[in-house]
This record gives sequence, C-alpha cells and structure tokens, in this order.
Amino acid sequence: MSITLSEKDNGYINGFAGFEKTAPGSSLGWLKAIREDAVTKFSELGFPTPRDEDWRFTNVAPIARSSFDILLNGHDRVSAVDLTPYQFEGEGICELVFINGHYSSELSTLTKLPEGVIVLNLAEAIDSQQEILKDNLAKYADFNEEAFTALNTAFMEDGGFIYIPKGTVVEEPIHLLFVSTGGENPSITNPRNLIIAEDNCQANIIEHYVSLEDNVYLSNVVTEMVVGENSSVGHYLLELESKKAFNISTLRVQQARNSNIRSHSVLLGGSLVRNNVHPVLAGEGCDSLINGLYMSAERQHIDNYMKVEHASPHCDSRQLYNGVLDGRSRGVFHGRIIVHEDAQKTDAKQTNRNLLLSDHAQIDTKPQLEIYADDVKCTHGATIGQIDENSLFYLRSRGISKEASRDIIMHAFTNETLESMTLEVVKNYCTNLITDWFDQRKLAQKS
Amino acid sequence: MLEIKNLHVNVEDQEILKGLNLKVNKGEVHSIMGPNGSGKSTLAQVLAGRESYEITEGEIIFEGKDLLELSPEDRACEGIFMAFQYPVEIPGVANTYLLREALNSVRKYRGEETLKHIEFTKFAKEKMKVMDIGDNLLKRAVNEGFSGGEKKKNEIFQMQILEPKLAILDETDSGLDIDALKVVADGVNALRSPERAFLIITHYQRLLDYIVPDFVHVLVDGKIVKSGGKELAFELEDKGYGWIGEEEKTVANS
Repeated sequence: MSITLSEKDNGYINGFAGFEKTAPGSSLGWLKAIREDAVTKFSELGFPTPRDEDWRFTNVAPIARSSFDILLNGHDRVSAVDLTPYQFEGEGICELVFINGHYSSELSTLTKLPEGVIVLNLAEAIDSQQEILKDNLAKYADFNEEAFTALNTAFMEDGGFIYIPKGTVVEEPIHLLFVSTGGENPSITNPRNLIIAEDNCQANIIEHYVSLEDNVYLSNVVTEMVVGENSSVGHYLLELESKKAFNISTLRVQQARNSNIRSHSVLLGGSLVRNNVHPVLAGEGCDSLINGLYMSAERQHIDNYMKVEHASPHCDSRQLYNGVLDGRSRGVFHGRIIVHEDAQKTDAKQTNRNLLLSDHAQIDTKPQLEIYADDVKCTHGATIGQIDENSLFYLRSRGISKEASRDIIMHAFTNETLESMTLEVVKNYCTNLITDWFDQRKLAQKS
Repeated sequence: MLEIKNLHVNVEDQEILKGLNLKVNKGEVHSIMGPNGSGKSTLAQVLAGRESYEITEGEIIFEGKDLLELSPEDRACEGIFMAFQYPVEIPGVANTYLLREALNSVRKYRGEETLKHIEFTKFAKEKMKVMDIGDNLLKRAVNEGFSGGEKKKNEIFQMQILEPKLAILDETDSGLDIDALKVVADGVNALRSPERAFLIITHYQRLLDYIVPDFVHVLVDGKIVKSGGKELAFELEDKGYGWIGEEEKTVANS
C-alpha cells in the first residue's frame, strides 16, 4: 500500500492526512504541529513558477504535473553488493544507508565513534533524541517561504541525525547514502538530515544520492547543519540520481562565531536538479567555502541557487562553482550574497565559470549582491566559454595530441573545484566520476 | 633542415608574409630581425602550425617533409619547438604534468619508451639547474601567476626538456631584465649543437650579444630584404631599420 501525492484533487493535503497517521513521531504534539504548519504552508505556496524571481530559469512544471507515490518500504530488493560502487575505502567510516527514503539497519555500518557522538537515523532519533530535535529541527530551514522545504517538512520521515558534542574531533567521515530504486509509478522521498556540531568540533559529512534503477522519482532533500563556535565542518553533497529523476536539495547552514565550513557540491545526475545552498554566517569571524561542480548532458537541467548571508562582522565567504555543459543541457547559477547592516568588514567573493561543450547547451548565470553595510569587500565574476583555442594550441605545440590536449584542459577545469576538498577519498571518487563522464561523452560521440 | 620557399600568408584576409624565402641548415643559428608588424611572429606561428593563419602560396620543407601537411603536435614530435612570445596560462594543469605529457608524446612518436614519473623527475632536475628554476615553479599551474621573466624561462626550460631539432624563439627577449636574459641565453647556448638549429626572432640586437648568430636576416613588410652575418645586427642597432628601406630604393632606382 502506498500514499499518492499530486496537485490534482488536493492530493497533497489528502495524502498528508494518511501519511501523518503512520509517520514516525505521529503521537508527538510538537512534531505534529510542525508538520501541520508545513503542509498548510505548502498548500498556500504551491510549487514555484518561473514568475518567481528565484525560479526564473527553472521550471518545475514537470514535478508539479506529476503524481508521486510515497513508497513505504523498499529494502528487500537491494543487497549489500549493489552498494559497493558508492562506498568509500577506509576503516571506521560510519555509513547510514537509506533505501527509497527509509533507513536500512542491515545495509548500514555503524562504527565506534568518539564518546558522546550520536549518529542515528532520524526516525529513531525522533524517539530517543527529542530534546535536541525540539531545539533544532525545522528551526533553520525556512518552510514559510520555500515550497519544497515546506513539502519536505510536512512529509519528513527519515534521514541522518548527527550530533557531535563540544570539543570532539570525528576523524573519519560520516557517510549518508540515499539509494533510490523507484517503482513503476513516480515516487517521492523527503530525506531530512540534521547535523549538529557543538563548539570546538571537527567533522566531515558526506550526503550521497544514487540510483540503482532508471526510474522517475523525486528526492526532495532538506539538511540543516548547525555549527558551533570555533568548529570546522566539511559537507559534501554528491548527486548521482537517475537520468530521469528530480532532485531538489536544500542545505541550510547556521554558523556560530569563528566557525568554518566547507560545502562541496558535485552534481552529475538527474533530469531536473536544483541545489540550494544557504549558509548564514551568524557569528563574528566565520569562514565559509562554498564550492561546486555541475556537469550536464543531453537534456539535463541543473540549477545552483546560492544564498550566502553575512549577518555578522569580519566574516569571509568564498564561492567557486564550475559548470561543464554538453548536449542540449541547461545550467543555472544564481548567486546571492546578502550582507546585513551589522556585517562590517565582510569579505565575500563569488566565481562562476562555465565551459560549454556544445552549441546547444545553455547557461544562465546571475550574481545578486544585496549589501546593507558600508565597509565590505564583495566581488563576483562569471565566465562562459568554450575550450580556449590558445591553450589548446599551446599544448599541441608541445607535442600533445588534439584530443589529449582537450582532455587536459577539461580536466583542469573540473579539478579546480575539487582541489579544496580535504577528504582525499571523496576527491578521488569524484575524479573517477569525472573521468567516466568524459569517457561516456567520447563513446557517445563515436557512436 | 628547413627550407621556406616563396611563403605567402594571410591573417584575416590581409597579406602579412609576401614571398618569404629562408634556408636553415643543421647547427646554424639564424636571427630574424625587423620592425614591428613586419611579419616576424607570423612566421613563428606558421612554423608551429597555428591554424588561423592562411597559407596562400609557397611551401615549407622540414627534414624532407612537407611541414604544412603536419598538425601542430606532429610538428613538435618531428622536432620543432616554438618558445611563445606570450606563453599561455593554463590553470589547473601542473607545469610538471604538461612537461611529462609533452615529453612522452614526443618519445612515443619517435618509438621510444615513455618515461615513468621517477625517471622524468630525475631528467627534469638536471635541466632545472641550467635554467635556475625552483621546484615550486614545476609544481605550479602552467604559467599561472608567473612573472614575465619566469614565463620566458619556463619556455626555454620546456625546450630543454623536449630537445628539439629546430627551436624558434619568438621575441623571447622582450621585456626581460638583463639577469633573466642571461639565463635564457645560457639555456639556449647549452643546447647548441651541430645537430640542432635555432631561429631567433627579435626586435632588438641585445639578445644576440649572448646568443651569437651565424646569420642575421632583416624582415620588412613580409619579405626578407637583407641577410648577412652577425655584424648586420650591430648595424641595425646603430642605424635602425630605416636605412634598409632606403638602400632598397636606391638599388631599385639604379
């Protein structure tokens, strides 16, 4: 049995009524209130349209038109061996596996973590970690304005829950692996992650979205990451959804004084993808590095929406997003930087570079600076181009073949965004993904 | 080794080279001098194989082969090297990576075994001493953030690694201070051999104090109008290029 959501016949509201009865924590008043608020908001907001400035370049009509099943379970068809291509080498990597949105304890690997660190799936944390959840869940990701966040909040069931107490260094990365198989009908999952690092912590978290079958589904993800004073957290989003899937992800980061975060997004899969990255540099002296790489082909559409909010003085942010676009694909980079009135001495930099490999590929890049303080340094730059003929000639004049020279230039372009990754295992994994991407492109060209 | 016959070249529908003839034998150092806009750099680019230059007439024979039939990479593999007037910055590609790829491409073409990482490093270290190049220049991205002098040194360093048969220096001396100029000259002189030829394109006589040419050619308006020994370079330095035009006219009128 499954619940079907659709814009037709009030399907989202009706579906919610059925969903809510059996959802994790359905008996908890505070959680019920959040979900009900969110579904009300969602029904008021509706799906965004290109008339909405934040969605000008991305039309989500294919999602709005569709009806989606909430799959109740889906573990049975997936075995451990199916997951090996998506796992990272290394002892002690804690890995939570979710199949079609539901936690699988059989497929997950829980390792010994430093004292006090809690890594759980959200459905279980709703039972056992209520105090932390009450204080943090849905406190940062705004469901009053964002329709997809409202949808996620209304229908959240499961996801990663990571809590790192004061002064703790978690050496090995924590891996949240979301596997979709989909079904005959389009399906939806609403993964919800909550990551809390208290003061003086250090950790790396990998969110990884993959597909085992070429089905139509929507992954509508919301992650809230709360970073305490003087903490350093790396966040990696690896999006490898099926070529028919939709992926809407929102990462909302709250940074306390002197914290530093590194957000890396690598977006390769999906037919329609929107990645929202929204750090709020709330305390003084924060540092945010927000890097990304998107590579699209065929008719893929990948939209990167940045909202970097400087809310305190003396904070630095650095954004570097590179895109490679082939076929008839379309990319979007919308980079907002908001500097609040109090955020003097802000130093914000944004760079977006795009490499178009086909005459039919298209990119819309839009910087948007909103500055309300007077003593700040904000720069932005965007480039769109094809492979530089001068660079190509230079390499060829040194004896390197035309094809190899093109490869070198393209790899250099993609690697630029990977260089800042501190997790070598992820960097290597991404390097291989990129090589595969270029190899596939060559194969497609030959055939 | 190299024979250029009646070369006519158009750039964007404008004729730049208008019937250039030049013969370079093994072991010789030729210098091509001339005023700005005379076609010096066009000649260098055409020899290296830049595709945007249109050859309307003439031929270039290199080691018995029709050079104009070869791709830029094949020319490099056959032993032609051009040191760029404006070396290109390639972010994300380490200098050492480019050098190893280049050397191994050339070796493969010649049917030689490619060098492994360690072998290459050893080989490169030797050459670095000559060029006064530090480790960090090798690790950095190709020419990215290099000073003008570092870029030119890096070109000559690449030449040292690739050991070409014919090396073309396209205004390598422009913008160099005297110390960098000496390093560049030392790099070139270290490679001089009876098997190797050089074509040194320059606007000034200064570099020729350090790299003594066997022949000096004066290129004016797309043609070589005068050739001579190294003393011609001194004459040009003294009198400028004006007198050559005058002399031509006198010859034509008489």
